[in-house]
Amino acid sequence: MAQKLTIDGKEVAFSEGETLLEVAERYHKEIPTLCYDTRLEPFGGCRLCIVELEGARNPVASCTTKAAPGMVVRTATAKIEAYRKTLVELVIGENREVDVHPLRGYASGELANLRDRYGMSSEGTRGTGPGRLTGAMSGTSKSDDNPFILRDYELCISCYRCVRVCAEQEGDHAITVMNRGFHTQIATEFDGLLKDSACTFCGQCIQTCPTGALADKKAMRASHTVAQGPVRRVPSAVETRDSEDLAKENALAPETTFDKTRTICPYCGVGCSVDILTQDEKIVGIHPAMDGPANLGALCVKGQFAYDFVQHPDRLKMPLVRGEDGELHETTWDDALDRAAEGFRKTAAAHGRHSIYGIASGRAPSEAAYLMQKFIRVGFGTNYIDNCSRA
Amino acid sequence: MSNPLVDMQKPDVIFCIGTNMTECHPVAATGLKKAVARGAKLIVADPRRIGLAEISHLYLPLRVGSDTALLLGMAHVIAREGLIDEEFIKNRTVGFDEFFEHLSPWTPEWAETITGVPAKDIKTAAMWYGSADKSAIYYTLGITEHICGVENVQSLCNLALMTGNIGREGTGINPMRGQNNIQGAGDSGALPNNYPGFQSVTEPANQAKFKREYDTEIDLEKGITKVTALELCGDRIHAMLIDGENTLLSDPDRKHCEHALRSLEHLVVIDIFLTETAQLADVVLPATAWGETDGVCTNTERRVQRLRAAVPPPGEAKPDWWIICQIAQRLGFNGFDFDSPKPIFNELCRVSPIYAGLDWERIDKGAKNGVNQWPVPHKAHPGTPRLHEGEFVNGRGIFSNVHYRDPAETIDDAFPMWLTTGRRLQSYHTHTQTGRAQGIEYLLSEETLEVNPADIEKWGLSDGEWCQMSSARGSITIKVKATNRSPRGTVFASFSFADVPVNLLTGSGYDAITHTAELKVCPVRLEPL
Ligand code: SF4
Ligand code: SF4
Ligand code: FES
Repeated sequence: MAQKLTIDGKEVAFSEGETLLEVAERYHKEIPTLCYDTRLEPFGGCRLCIVELEGARNPVASCTTKAAPGMVVRTATAKIEAYRKTLVELVIGENREVDVHPLRGYASGELANLRDRYGMSSEGTRGTGPGRLTGAMSGTSKSDDNPFILRDYELCISCYRCVRVCAEQEGDHAITVMNRGFHTQIATEFDGLLKDSACTFCGQCIQTCPTGALADKKAMRASHTVAQGPVRRVPSAVETRDSEDLAKENALAPETTFDKTRTICPYCGVGCSVDILTQDEKIVGIHPAMDGPANLGALCVKGQFAYDFVQHPDRLKMPLVRGEDGELHETTWDDALDRAAEGFRKTAAAHGRHSIYGIASGRAPSEAAYLMQKFIRVGFGTNYIDNCSRA
Repeated sequence: MSNPLVDMQKPDVIFCIGTNMTECHPVAATGLKKAVARGAKLIVADPRRIGLAEISHLYLPLRVGSDTALLLGMAHVIAREGLIDEEFIKNRTVGFDEFFEHLSPWTPEWAETITGVPAKDIKTAAMWYGSADKSAIYYTLGITEHICGVENVQSLCNLALMTGNIGREGTGINPMRGQNNIQGAGDSGALPNNYPGFQSVTEPANQAKFKREYDTEIDLEKGITKVTALELCGDRIHAMLIDGENTLLSDPDRKHCEHALRSLEHLVVIDIFLTETAQLADVVLPATAWGETDGVCTNTERRVQRLRAAVPPPGEAKPDWWIICQIAQRLGFNGFDFDSPKPIFNELCRVSPIYAGLDWERIDKGAKNGVNQWPVPHKAHPGTPRLHEGEFVNGRGIFSNVHYRDPAETIDDAFPMWLTTGRRLQSYHTHTQTGRAQGIEYLLSEETLEVNPADIEKWGLSDGEWCQMSSARGSITIKVKATNRSPRGTVFASFSFADVPVNLLTGSGYDAITHTAELKVCPVRLEPL
């Protein structure tokens, strides 16, 4: 039998083990959160999700409080909302900037959204302080020259979502929280470079960060290149610019817009769902699909960062045929297709239909594999077809 | 996989063998890590001390190519200790009595002499696997890329059948597929022994069906495998159409492979880059890449999912399906007048019973967990996240009385070290894609040979310096990296870098049934340069 509790005057059903936040969200209550990520164990750090619970002396964090029969909960009283507003103001006041480049990460706009929700203008709320974390001063994180992850701890608000996603979701435990209070700092085990830690560069920390303190360097670089117009030359990863420059520069681009296309990662057989981010017909980044059935928001370094082979200058753009001189030359589709067909016709005529073989791809879509086998079976009446799984 | 990926968090005991999951299927590995965090026991069998071994409760460092012996030893213990599931055996399997007899000589002590794994650890592994309520097996190419790949898989099936660990949540026999649509390529019938939907080509009913469907006669016997075809190049095979595969780098015995492709009269390659293989072609046709192509693919848990184009292709590149249709039409073949991927996929669904309930719209809409996992035998069917629940498709589970066999080549005075190959986290396959992604070189800039420090000493090599590695087929130079991940006597390299063509060395043999190459075992000699 379903159990019941009351939210904002309405009796609602819940199931064993659900938190107040989960129940409320099911009933479309918009409770603000900051340290919360549906995929992680509730943490209860930011207190933004507090609600009034009848019988409790103080408001409770709805993300950590389990629903119980007969509870009477109020999610948005004037008092609660005022408290939340003060909290948001406090957090924002301590940060260098709030409107960050939207390609910093999947959740990087959360803090700015909260600011808008509580009707604060950017002016006057944008923080002036250097950031409350001494992590911001930590030399190593600032100068981490890895090509993927910007570590801009001046924007860190200590929600620990990165540390938790790394431990709980990835099982990598590459980063931890060091020190306490004003000296709190997110760092790798020995406060060094990510490269020298257990980090696998899966990018999960970037995608869960609600302020853009951890950000997708590669996407911002790509977006920057698109914005600069025709590329002078493709910047190589070796000359990754200093994180600080990049951070400054990208603070100017919060209005960048991009499109999303849902697809499946091109690499291994797990089949993670991803959104390809594009800007002016250019792929600028990848977001994990939080509702992807095979990955539930997770990705690995390949799926997250190794997408730019697609628009690489080495791509074949024209058909090629081998000329009299023994070299491959560009030609028209008509010519190349005629040559391709003619060769099969001649070989079949000279050596019979069992002299032709087809190998299908394990990377192309199924339609390609289906037509490859149909080509061999219909065209030559043989089963001389295989795919690349044997090696 | 018999079970869905979400099941990875559910077993009580997880047995991983021949799978370097944290590097090859990292996202799947996160499921295992969660299971371990939740209290599941993890057994890892692998010649190398891989990432999973570090978090395992029991690590079995077996000699390369000795998997069957290890698994026979485990089956022996399970039988001897009475850890079998009698109900399951009685209701759902055949041949257990013979199998029970067959097991009697293969004691863990015997297995120790072959595998090098202490008998007591083999016993522990068997006890854990056999006594848990839910035990699951995960494996990859470390099981199949051997001359005895079939026996290895059969040995795993034996374990699952005798303990009833199949057809339930958190159990099963779960091979992880390597490429994003390798499952789909098989589903689609790109196999010498099956029509689309794994319908056997030797079954008269299927033959009649495809004769009607394709309006043509098709051979009544199986075709030859790719491996055989490559062997027959220039002899019986004279033309090839290759779609997006860098055969030259990925297949074993590169010299032989290159010679084979060069001896063809006609080679047509469809690809996105001018790969080493495409460079040998008479005609190279530029295909659209991932992110530029609409279509459908199937993942390792049989989930059929939609691929979507996000950007236009470069130059005049065209989708693979269009290219194949154009060649077919020029040859006057019937049934290739398609103008988009949708009717092609719908035709695949129509001719494949396992896809019968699917169509382009259903895949396009996507689905909640489980819904588009085949078999989906009719439109109203919800899909099949878990195979073999209640019954096996082919009747009863059959025990296989397997025997251990040595690898095709074993170490000797001339080639005293074992080489085993695989992938690395940051690179993928022959690196044609990852090698062109900015930033990856920061993490992985060159190929190295992973050697145990004691072996470095023994063969007079030095860490970070180049060495010459030779097998019966050739030799290459490669940089040495000292690591305890490699046990004494075994070295590891990946086949990701064209300038270190490890496949010049490999290729000593093939599985007689599946023709999968023995890429995991190759005796070599190491010399300082
Ligand atoms: S990239 Fe992944 S492994 Fe590295 S710190 Fe972030 S979450 Fe952890
Ligand atoms: S993101 Fe990584 S784990 Fe997921 S499909 Fe791609 S390669 Fe596989
Ligand atoms: S979201 Fe509940 S305390 Fe932060």
